[in-house]
Amino acid sequence: MLSEEQIERYQRHIALKEVGGKGQQRLLDGRVLIIGAGGLGAPAALYLAAAGVGTIGLVDADVVDLTNLQRQVIHFTPDIGKAKVASAKEKMAVINPGIKVNTYEVWVNASNIMGIINDYDFVIDGTDNFAAKFLINDACVLAGKPYSHAGILRFDGQAITVRPGESACYRCIFPAPPPKDAIPTCSQAGVIGVLPGVLGMIQATEAIKFLLGKGELLTGRMLIYNALEMDFNQVRINRNPKCPICGVTPTIKELKDETDAVAQCDLEGV
Amino acid sequence: MILTVNGKRTTVVDKELLSISGLLNELNVEDPLYVTVELNGDIMERENFESIMIKDGDEVEFLYFMGGGRK
Repeated sequence: MLSEEQIERYQRHIALKEVGGKGQQRLLDGRVLIIGAGGLGAPAALYLAAAGVGTIGLVDADVVDLTNLQRQVIHFTPDIGKAKVASAKEKMAVINPGIKVNTYEVWVNASNIMGIINDYDFVIDGTDNFAAKFLINDACVLAGKPYSHAGILRFDGQAITVRPGESACYRCIFPAPPPKDAIPTCSQAGVIGVLPGVLGMIQATEAIKFLLGKGELLTGRMLIYNALEMDFNQVRINRNPKCPICGVTPTIKELKDETDAVAQCDLEGV
Repeated sequence: MILTVNGKRTTVVDKELLSISGLLNELNVEDPLYVTVELNGDIMERENFESIMIKDGDEVEFLYFMGGGRK
């Protein structure tokens, strides 16, 4: 049962026939995990909190740095030096005191990720490195957990939602991580600050649609966005029978840390 | 020959035999070693990039690794 305060707070949701009181209750009962409280995770966390997703998990071991503030809009200048998960939780609690935020001040790895994702209905990959991206894909596929992938670089972004066993996964497209330092991910490449905002909100939208059970998820197709040309392109992605984790004869049966894929900047600390 | 590359009509100089590798070269695709190539809806295996030939009207998608914008 929604309280009077909730009916008022979520009135614009409740007015939608695809949401209504029932849908809002589904959001309030929903549990979404956001891995990475950075560029992608910031807008996702703010909007999911505002939307009244009842339980939101945040995973990040990083602390807020001055270079983050150009795009990670959940963190403010006085937060520099503070744990990102703590900084993010503070803002979410002020936006919506009616939700629960669980924080995990850790980096995900092969031994801890399953224990974390198991408690959630949907996972948002808001990480910034391939080791984490492949680990999240593998964990979600093995656990049968739906999740949203997004990646950003310079002015380009991509996103796809994975329903394990039903739609193509990240490894269907990219069977293995690129070698260390092969793909620019760090300071030298750069990223326009608004870009993770666009992609992170697409991820939040997917989480909300998943919880509501409405609309079409971004499955079986990758959304490719270029901010300079303001171009949205969709590429149909079929499941790859040779996928090493969800194909016909999978070779990956347990989680492993892709240490070769750790980008140099991720080892430098902050 | 005319192809659709990443959703856009693209004219490539006619060649008797143009492989995926040849197309990557022809179009100056960035990081050809790490790009995923989808041809008419199916993801192609890298080991076949030399042997699979492109023909007029094909739909080709290049999918790139995108990580993050950390520092």
